[in-house]
Amino acid sequence: MSTETIEVNVGDAVSRGADATAKAESGKMALNVGPSHPTTHGVLRLMMDLDGDVITRCEPVLGYLHRGDEKIAENMTYNQFVPYTDRLDYLSPLANNVAYAIAVEKLTGLELPERCEAIRVLVCELARVSSHLLGMGVFGMDAGAWTPFMYTFTEREKLYTLFEELTGARFTTSYTRIGGVARDIPDGWLDRVSHFCDNLPKAIDEVEKLLTRNRIFIDRTEGIGQVSQEDAIAYGFTGPNLRASGVDLDLRKDKPYSGYEKYDFDVPIGTRGDCYDRYLVRIEEVRQSLRIIKQVISDFPSGLWYAEDAKKIFAPPKEKILTSMEELIQNFMIVTEGPQIPAGEVYFEAENPKGALGFYIVSKGGGVPYRLKIRAPSFCNLSILEKMVPGHMLSDITVILGSLDFVMGECDR
Amino acid sequence: MIDQDFTDSILAKFSSVTKRHHEDCLTLDCDSFSVKDVLLHLRDEETFDLLVDLTAIDHGEHADSRFSVVIHLYSRIHHDYLRVHSICENNEHPSFPSVSDLYPAANWHEREAFDMFGIRFNDHPNLKRILMWDDYPYYPLRKDFPLAGIETPLPADDVAEVTQASVDPAPMMGGPFVSGTGDNMSEAEPRAKDESWTEDTEKPVL
Repeated sequence: MSTETIEVNVGDAVSRGADATAKAESGKMALNVGPSHPTTHGVLRLMMDLDGDVITRCEPVLGYLHRGDEKIAENMTYNQFVPYTDRLDYLSPLANNVAYAIAVEKLTGLELPERCEAIRVLVCELARVSSHLLGMGVFGMDAGAWTPFMYTFTEREKLYTLFEELTGARFTTSYTRIGGVARDIPDGWLDRVSHFCDNLPKAIDEVEKLLTRNRIFIDRTEGIGQVSQEDAIAYGFTGPNLRASGVDLDLRKDKPYSGYEKYDFDVPIGTRGDCYDRYLVRIEEVRQSLRIIKQVISDFPSGLWYAEDAKKIFAPPKEKILTSMEELIQNFMIVTEGPQIPAGEVYFEAENPKGALGFYIVSKGGGVPYRLKIRAPSFCNLSILEKMVPGHMLSDITVILGSLDFVMGECDR
Repeated sequence: MIDQDFTDSILAKFSSVTKRHHEDCLTLDCDSFSVKDVLLHLRDEETFDLLVDLTAIDHGEHADSRFSVVIHLYSRIHHDYLRVHSICENNEHPSFPSVSDLYPAANWHEREAFDMFGIRFNDHPNLKRILMWDDYPYYPLRKDFPLAGIETPLPADDVAEVTQASVDPAPMMGGPFVSGTGDNMSEAEPRAKDESWTEDTEKPVL
C-alpha cells in the first residue's frame, strides 16, 4: 500500500468557532473551550455564552473519545473484553477490571475464594488512592497551586511501580479474569504495599498543609459549584461528588461486594456540596482506603486466587495444558469460544473512585454478551454542568471541572 | 431488601405491570403508556429516587417488538436496585415517553439511547446526538449495523473538500475471533467477524 502526503490548510480556530459566535444572543460573547484544552482534562468541549465575565449558558459537547466499546463488547468473548475496561476510567484500571469481572461472575453465579476477594479489595483501594492522588493534585493545579501536584504525583508513581510488579503493566493492567485474577501476588509484595501505606499519610499531610487552609485555595473553591442534595440525587451523581453534597451513599457499605463488609471504615460526607467539600471528601477517602488496605494485609487469607469452579471458563493451569490432552482441548475451547455464560441479565455497580461504575449485561448464552451497557459515573456526573455552571465566573470553570474529577475515556466510552 | 409485599403492592396498583424472572434485582415489565406513572409512584412513594441507568436493547431486525428500554433505579432506603423493562412502540420508528422530567439524570441517557438506537423520546427537552456527531446518519448499536462501521462523509466539510477523505470502516481482517450464540455447531463455530477480505483477497475498494 502506498501512502501519499498532502498539506491541508483548514483555516484557524477562530473562524471555526464563528458559527458559535453567531448563535450567541446580542450583547453576549460566545466562548468555546476545548475539546483539547488543559482545563477540560481530556477532550470535553464546552460552548458557553458570556455576559462580561459571567457565564450565562454552558453546553457540554461529548463524544470526542467515543470508541464504541459497547459495540465491541457484543463481538467479543467475556475475557477478551477485560483490556477494554482498562481504557474506561484509565486512572483506575484495576477498579474497572474488578467491577467488570464481578458483573460477569454474578451472571454465572460463581463463588470466589477469600484470597481472590481480598486481592480484589486490595487492588480496588490502591486504585482509589492512585486516582484520588491524581485528582487532588490536578485540582490544586486548576486552582493555581502547582506544588501539591508534585507531591501527589510522586506518590502515585510509587503505586504504579507496585502495580507493575503485580500485573506486569503500569497503566493498562487487565488484571482480572472471569472467576479470578490473572496471577497471584508476587513474593514480598504485601510488605512493599504496607511500606507505601505507612509513608503515604506524610505526603497527604504535606498536601493538606499546602491546600486545606490555604487562603487563596479556599477563596477559589468555597461556595463555588454548589450542588444541593436534591440536585445531586436528581442528576444521578455518584461517588465522592454525591457524598460531598451530603448524601450518605457508598456501595461498599450499602451493598457490599467482594467482602467489603468485613472491613471497618468510615464514609466521609460533605455538608455544602461545593468544590471545597469535594476536595475534602477525596482527601478523607484516601485515608480511609489506607485503613482498609491495612486491614486486608493484616489478615490476608491463604488459598486459591481463582474459583475452583471457574476452571471451565477460566483456564487450566499452564503446565497441565502442555502435558495433558484433556486440558489442552479445554484451553482451546475457552480461548476460541470464550467462557460459556448462561442466559440471563445482570446489573452490577461497583463503588469506583469516580463514582458508581455499572455494567448491565444481557446474555443469551454462549461466549459473547448480547448487550453490554457501561454505566459510566463520569458521564452522569457531567450532565449537571448545564444547570450548575450558569451564574459562575469564567475563572470558576477550571475549579468546577477539576473538582468533578471526571475522565473522558469513561464518559465517551 | 425488597420483599414480596412490596412486589405485590406494585402489581396490585398497576394492572399493566408484570413481574419477570430475575436473578439479581426485582424486574418489572411495563408498557410504555404507563411507564411514567409507574416511575412517579416508585420515585415518590417507594423511595426509588436515584435513576442510575437508562438504556435500550435491540432484539434484532426480525423480532416482533424490536426495541425495549431498560431503566435501573436505586433506593437508598431499600439498598437495592429495581429494573423496569418496557417495549418501544413502532419497530420502524421507535418512540418512547421521555422520563427526563421525572429524573433529570435520564436526559443524557435518553440522548445516548437516541444516538445509538434511534429511539425517539417524546417531549425530551433537547433530543440530539450526544456521542456521535450531529449529522451522523446511522444508529451504531443496532444489530444490523456492522462492527466495522459504514463509510460516512467527514464531519468537517472544509477538510473533506480539500482531502477528499471520508470516515472509513475499520480494517477487520483476522479478528476478533469469536463464536456466535447459535445452537448448532456450525453457527457457534468460532470465526473472524468480517470475512469480506483476507490475506488472499484484496480489501474491497470503497
